[in-house]
Amino acid sequence: MIKARGLARRFTTKAGPVDAVKGVDIDVAEGELVGFLGPNGAGKSTTLRMLTTLLQPTAGEAEIAGHDLLTDPAGVRRNIGYVGQKNGAGQDQRVADELEFQARFYGLSRLEARRKVADLLDRFDLQGLEKRGVVTLSGGQQRRLDIAMGMLHDPRLLFLDEPSTALDPQSRRNLWDHVKQLKADGVTVFLTTHYLDEADYLSDRLLVIDHGSIVGEGSPDELKHRVSGDLVVLGTPQASVVASKFENAVVDGEQVSFRIPNGDRALPGLLRDLDNIGVELHSVQVHRPTLDDVFLTMTGRSLREEANAA
Amino acid sequence: MLPRNVLGDTWLVFCRVMLPVLRNPVAVVFGIAQPLLYLGLFGPLLGDTGWQWFVPGLLVQMALFGTAYAGFSLLPEVRTGVMERLRVTPVSRVALLVGRVGKDVVLLVVQSLLIMLAAMLFGFRATAGQMLLGLGLVALLGVAIGSVSYAIALKVKLEYVFASVLSASIVPLMLLSGVLLPMSNGPQWLYWLSRLNPLAHVVDAERAIFNPGAVLYGLVSVAALVLVGLFYGVRTFNKESA
Repeated sequence: MIKARGLARRFTTKAGPVDAVKGVDIDVAEGELVGFLGPNGAGKSTTLRMLTTLLQPTAGEAEIAGHDLLTDPAGVRRNIGYVGQKNGAGQDQRVADELEFQARFYGLSRLEARRKVADLLDRFDLQGLEKRGVVTLSGGQQRRLDIAMGMLHDPRLLFLDEPSTALDPQSRRNLWDHVKQLKADGVTVFLTTHYLDEADYLSDRLLVIDHGSIVGEGSPDELKHRVSGDLVVLGTPQASVVASKFENAVVDGEQVSFRIPNGDRALPGLLRDLDNIGVELHSVQVHRPTLDDVFLTMTGRSLREEANAA
Repeated sequence: MLPRNVLGDTWLVFCRVMLPVLRNPVAVVFGIAQPLLYLGLFGPLLGDTGWQWFVPGLLVQMALFGTAYAGFSLLPEVRTGVMERLRVTPVSRVALLVGRVGKDVVLLVVQSLLIMLAAMLFGFRATAGQMLLGLGLVALLGVAIGSVSYAIALKVKLEYVFASVLSASIVPLMLLSGVLLPMSNGPQWLYWLSRLNPLAHVVDAERAIFNPGAVLYGLVSVAALVLVGLFYGVRTFNKESA
């Protein structure tokens, strides 16, 4: 569905050229749900904009849904759906009108458009809102309308750019169900996100981008396995004594953390050993690796901090 | 696949932006409040014989103000994801511009007609043919200015920048067009400066339609404006950064 080679984009700014995306290769098979993960400014959106014909690459080539990105952008547009980061429905429009015009823009006849709109209103829980002004919709309803607008022409490949940004937890959950349903219907989905739980829950496979390059690739579980071991956090007044026993241990006040393989099994023995040398403990925690740890290992940066700072 | 039907797409884009206006036609009436004020509070200063001279100029002024501000309606659609969403559909890029301009020109023609009819109450005289020609010229000017307005709005993207670009360009264009007073009243240099303003020739042409006189320069000016305006608009809408 997606085959990109050496896709790159350089922006010319007053401070000189900036390589936002430095030649990425992307392969997505039919029916896959691929999460494209990275902090703000990593090149996620720039890559997505190139793949969806919104931005001309400065180098590289790609075949999207069977059409060449550079020589046949119109062919690409006819065969993909795209849901941008921001809401795509006109604030002065009514829900059903926007859907119907969108369908007509894809070349559906008025009759086909009406039928398809009714179908999608139903599928995305928007029944009863046909005549409502877009401006009166809740955030979750607007987002579902956005996705419905991206699906009117039954694309086999759908791009979602940060689909759940600014949604409350319940709407996010609801959106995820819709995305899962799309996948179940056989739609190939390529979504960007900087939410780890979203990437974890939805994706078959993840691509991690940082500083314009792909720095990691694999299923969420594969990626987590790359982090060497579980994180053990011990609370103890003798933190520095404990730290000296483990490699790369980090001391934070009366807390010491370090990684060991199979933390849950290793812990009982470890606690006994510490007891034997007279270390007093007042708390013990074991964390399985998260995608955030994956990200930290790969890039030296915490994705979560980046997301919070944004 | 067949090449996209540009006319069909233009019609769709036109309908999409026209629908909210039809649902709330009061805005059209608000649009003629300002020219009505000129008609009632400035026109009489020119005396009884002034109407044939003043009303055509007022129509050109309406075309200028009515369509130069059109770009403002694009800015919310650029800031939210509407333009982006439309640009990922296979819809013709030309249609995205021309459909919008079409809406503004239709409104402009309706408003101009209302103003002409209102002016007749004050003593303005025109035949149906003159009115048709006069509206045609106004519509063409609207196409030119509307296209440029949308293109600039798409480029600058920010309301406050767009507003200052507008005021910096509209005021000199209007002052040097002789809409309010004849440019020949002023000193030579000012007159010649006004000759460099294509809008002044359009005003002359519009006046010539309702009075005996030469229309040629004005038609050439308006044709050139339409070509330049559409070319610039379409090029900007086609550009990837748009």
